[in-house]
Amino acid sequence: MADIALPDTPALVQERPDRTRVLSRLRLTNASFRTLTLAAAILVLVILGGVIVALIEGSLPALRQFGFSFVVTESWNPVTEKFGALAPIYGTLVTSAIAMLIAVPFGLLIAVFLTELCPMWLRRPVGIAIELLAGIPSIIYGIWGLFVFAPFLQHTLQPFLIDLFGPIPVLSTLFAGPPYGIGILTAGLILAIMVLPFITSISRDVFEAVPPVLKEAAYGLGCTTWEVVRHVVIPFARVGVTGGVMLGLGRALGETMAVTFVIGNAHRISGSLLAPGTTISASIANEFTEALGDLYTSSLVALGLILFVITFIVLAIARYMLMRIERRIG
Amino acid sequence: MAIKNPNLYRSRRAVNATVMAMSVGATVIGLGWLVLVLGALLWNGFGSLSLQVFTEMTPPPGSAGGLLNPIVGSLMMSIVAIAVGTPVGILAGTYMAEYGRYSYLASVVRFINDILLSAPSIVIGLFIYEVVVRPLGHFSGLAGALALAVLVVPVVVRTTEDMLLTVPKELREAATSLGMPRSHVIAHVSYRAARAGIVTGVLLAVARISGETAPLLFTALNNQFFSTDMNAPLASLPVVIFQFAMSPYADWQKLAWAGALIITFAVLALSISARALSAARRAQ
Repeated sequence: MADIALPDTPALVQERPDRTRVLSRLRLTNASFRTLTLAAAILVLVILGGVIVALIEGSLPALRQFGFSFVVTESWNPVTEKFGALAPIYGTLVTSAIAMLIAVPFGLLIAVFLTELCPMWLRRPVGIAIELLAGIPSIIYGIWGLFVFAPFLQHTLQPFLIDLFGPIPVLSTLFAGPPYGIGILTAGLILAIMVLPFITSISRDVFEAVPPVLKEAAYGLGCTTWEVVRHVVIPFARVGVTGGVMLGLGRALGETMAVTFVIGNAHRISGSLLAPGTTISASIANEFTEALGDLYTSSLVALGLILFVITFIVLAIARYMLMRIERRIG
Repeated sequence: MAIKNPNLYRSRRAVNATVMAMSVGATVIGLGWLVLVLGALLWNGFGSLSLQVFTEMTPPPGSAGGLLNPIVGSLMMSIVAIAVGTPVGILAGTYMAEYGRYSYLASVVRFINDILLSAPSIVIGLFIYEVVVRPLGHFSGLAGALALAVLVVPVVVRTTEDMLLTVPKELREAATSLGMPRSHVIAHVSYRAARAGIVTGVLLAVARISGETAPLLFTALNNQFFSTDMNAPLASLPVVIFQFAMSPYADWQKLAWAGALIITFAVLALSISARALSAARRAQ
């Protein structure tokens, strides 16, 4: 017995440690790969945390100097080192509001066209065109705005608006002053063109997620296309569309290059939409590299912090709403 | 059957016709507007495009020149940004789709990543300024590349996760039942099945960063001379376009249009090939 078993033993002895070695190596690879991916995932959180910490740290000198009055002061004077963020905040909010007022109805109507009216063969090309346009860098819209759109507005739309609303009390202040071409209104219009593809493509996706049975049932009752859209599609898609609109708003608020070209960079709040103004991102882009002194730089970083907080809130709401609709579909 | 209330019927049809006409009108105006932008770009861009643009340095105002140094600078920064950002993005996406699919951490990372995806890029520039440029004491191409890398990560995370989630779980189960450890299943089964999708994500990330201007303004700054030194200020196409377009000199403005055309072509080519890749994958 022992004699027969003897030749086998060395082989077994050789094989067993090999096998355990392989297994433990595999276990080690798996564990280290898992840790590596986990570290990368945590790095994403660290980046966001780093952005917040770096912005707060960079803006401390300005916030310590001016306190809360930084947010409510209009003056922006590098010579006397008095800085206030009210004018850029105002410009950011007003240009984004103009952009949304135009882009939301247009985006929704285009989405209705794409999902309800458009012939099948045209749907894909138009959809692809819109998605490709959403990827065009904002500096392209900026350079177009500066060289083509602003001169055009200066000679056509703006004089027309001044003449049209001149005699009307409230609106005359809104459209007062000489037609510069560049200014708040121009920036708002450029932003509208920029966010239009985003809002359109998200709205279309959400509209397409409406179960066909619901729409067919409504058509079967004799509803017109508009009634189907109004009473079936929009109620179903409301949350998703709101999410898409908020996402577009987030883009408009933070957009830099398209605005910087045409806003005029004037730190004042003017009642007229035709006057030059500034936005948070345009101020930073225009002045950061020229800012002399810690307080000036720090005030610009503080502007960045305010912008980040505003967009964070808007984007968080947008994502929350889109997540809700995804859960319902999925 | 007679219609009981012809007026109601008529008004419903009228409302419908009005809204539908408005929606067609909106589409025509919306698309027309975008065509106008592209048309002006092509017209002005091709008017100022020449071989010189690719072979000569940025000129001082009033003389002829090209965009060679910003093109090289942009390429260098994009390559470094992709080299840094892609591995991080793929690994993080892997964690979320494979190891921690249902974990609390993964849903938090997903949420934060989506916010980073659309965060204002100028804020990312400020972040890199605070953590890289200020401690080092000077602007550098490396800082610019890092700012771009921060923009690459969320795009790659998102597409990697989405693409890994579309891999059928039966594939993973089959591999696991053969005794493969999870890391091997991911490397040899999941990655292989999702490869085209992951590459699409990287292409989209390149498209995203190739036109980014705001994060480079105060990280890489600009450089009017030819330079390949990543530790010094580096020219980039978008920043040069910004500077030249805002200048009062006609030949600088012409170069800005040429640069804008080059960027648009690059971005469109990248997004179209990304689309073609994912379409080919779907056709399989």
